[in-house]
Amino acid sequence: MRFGFDEDQLEIQRTATGLLEGRSTLDRVREHAEAGTEDADLWSELSELGWLGIAVSEENGGQGFGVVELTILLEQAGRTLACVPLMPSAAAALAIQHAGSDAQRSRWLEALSTGEITGAIGTASGGRAEIAAGAPNAAVAVLFDDEGGARLVDLADALVEPVETIDPTRRYGSIEGPGDDLPGDTDAALDLARIALAAELTGVASRATEITLAYVKDRKQFDTPIGAYQAVSHACATMYLNVESARSASYHAAWAADASPEGLAEAASVAHIAAVGGARDVTSAAIQAHGGIGFTWEADPHWFYKRAQVSAHLLGGTGGARARLAQLVADRLTDEDD
Amino acid sequence: MDLTFSPEEISFRDELRSWLLANNPGDDDSGTEDEMFARRCAWQRQLHEAGWAGVHWPKEYGGRGATYTQSAIFFEELGSANAPLPANALGLLLGGPTLMFWGTDAQKERYLNPILSAEEIWCQGFSEPEAGSDLASLKTKAVRDGDEWVVTGQKVWTSAAQWSKWCMLVARTDGDAAKHKGLTYFLMDMEQEGVNVRPLKQMTGGAEFNEMFLEGARIPHENIVGGEGNGWKVAMTTLMNERSGLAFFLQVRTRQLLEDLFRHAEQTGQIDDPVIADKLGALQVRAEVLRLTSYRGLTMIERYGQPGPESSLTKLMWSSLNQDVTQFAADLIGPEAVTDGTSWSYELMRARGNTIEGGTSEVLKNIVAERVLGLPRLKAV
Repeated sequence: MRFGFDEDQLEIQRTATGLLEGRSTLDRVREHAEAGTEDADLWSELSELGWLGIAVSEENGGQGFGVVELTILLEQAGRTLACVPLMPSAAAALAIQHAGSDAQRSRWLEALSTGEITGAIGTASGGRAEIAAGAPNAAVAVLFDDEGGARLVDLADALVEPVETIDPTRRYGSIEGPGDDLPGDTDAALDLARIALAAELTGVASRATEITLAYVKDRKQFDTPIGAYQAVSHACATMYLNVESARSASYHAAWAADASPEGLAEAASVAHIAAVGGARDVTSAAIQAHGGIGFTWEADPHWFYKRAQVSAHLLGGTGGARARLAQLVADRLTDEDD
Repeated sequence: MDLTFSPEEISFRDELRSWLLANNPGDDDSGTEDEMFARRCAWQRQLHEAGWAGVHWPKEYGGRGATYTQSAIFFEELGSANAPLPANALGLLLGGPTLMFWGTDAQKERYLNPILSAEEIWCQGFSEPEAGSDLASLKTKAVRDGDEWVVTGQKVWTSAAQWSKWCMLVARTDGDAAKHKGLTYFLMDMEQEGVNVRPLKQMTGGAEFNEMFLEGARIPHENIVGGEGNGWKVAMTTLMNERSGLAFFLQVRTRQLLEDLFRHAEQTGQIDDPVIADKLGALQVRAEVLRLTSYRGLTMIERYGQPGPESSLTKLMWSSLNQDVTQFAADLIGPEAVTDGTSWSYELMRARGNTIEGGTSEVLKNIVAERVLGLPRLKAV
């Protein structure tokens, strides 16, 4: 057993961290968030590097790596709040690759992998998606419905309207229009999308913790760095615990997606729930630890909080996810006991 | 990344499983505490004869030379099979490894084998009534008298002291030196007049721990481990081991409790209640995250030879999870969960100790904050 990245994966992680930290600084994120724009330069750079199709097979025009490698990139994209539609586009590609027909795959995957077009993901009820991530500029969307199915929507034939959420670091939109069913295993396709989201949220929580640690080491009251007070330091320890929990669950689920399909459903649920819960708790704690400054527009914690809050609504949220996981576990135990 | 066991790990596990199937006496809590302990001694002898007592000990010291992962598998399997822990757990997990690191050749020769065979039981004399989390403030004093040291003081939370032959004792040998520097680590013979042990009745009604009164207990000079005045460093080696070995055993037990709860909820139909299902799902996420984070820690140890930063988290996670599982069980099981003598009521009481024993959650958070996150330490007033 080896629960850690191999040398090649560590190299991907180092490259991704260096590049995204350099390009997507928090100042740059602020500019795009305030202007309501995406970072087109960064997107072309990622496209040239081939990152957009990292988990798409070579025959479909991608790099042919696995979900683990994609998870590494998404975590860093989340860490830097990169204003590019990497998560929705990669999640849509994963879903199409896993559950799409041959025709759907050859129609969309290569263009998604090169970055020529982008994808969106979301959930739809009655044919309408209220908040789909990446929708406004995307060419194609994968929308999961309440009955376990999924539709592929060509956005040229659909009505897409931008939705101003509280998270201006990403573009969201509503989608209404006809689509084609994904004929394959759409449960697994949804699980793959949840893993992509969990990876990104792990990065969001991780960076919110990093900036908080830097702040509480620096900020002094009563001539003492506030991070020395246990009311603050224990909150930081809990933030770290939540980050590492999300990380363990996210890496495991990515591995299950690549290598252990029978464990995918439970692993994806655990990752989704741990990452959404962890990111919301951690980003809230980040604001609190910054005190009054944390409540201002000028400080950075609110970008992380807002990204976590809106992300928590994607892909069905986690409101019913814990109960569904409980039923999965109960059913598995019944099977094992029989 | 590969989260499946390797062929070697699987064959290790299968060999252990089939041995346990044939030999596991089961966890029998009948009879007096003395009788229960005698059964655990017999169990350890049985493990030892089959080569399973010191799984993680190097072969040169009579162990199996297993990897960290195999050692984790050993404790997981013991837990899953509902087998008892070996009687000399403190000797196997703490005393032996401490001696292997700090002991002289003569000490290793003399002490290691009887630990494995459970011929000599070990206990740990660290904490005192006035020195708990602030261990370095301990007051038990050892004074040199020719070739011997004479010890006076009081220790507490001394598990298995009533059955022990040797105590890992930390005492102050230099009252003038700085707090951490005047300590020495001894191996003290428990079978002597100056050592008096009194069981400490817990809130569960049982007595896993003791108080230990030292009034002129004598220790030969050669029984110092790691050198005079070096006791703090040696004690830290012992404590580092305390936070690893047992964890996998305890985690399996918690997962079993949670699985029992799932079965109970399924059989009674409680799982159809969305609030109950939601809580069970949330507990399952925490149990799974704990298991996965522990495995990540194992990989770090295998790679770098020492625990990674995640390992300080797993005790925190486990203790609060076990408390929350037992507390939620009380809601699902009903009055049986608070009826004296049931296993659920025992767990409900015993779990309160989890966030205290082996490092309180407050101290563990301090450790995470200072050593992992690099936060400054608050100056004591």
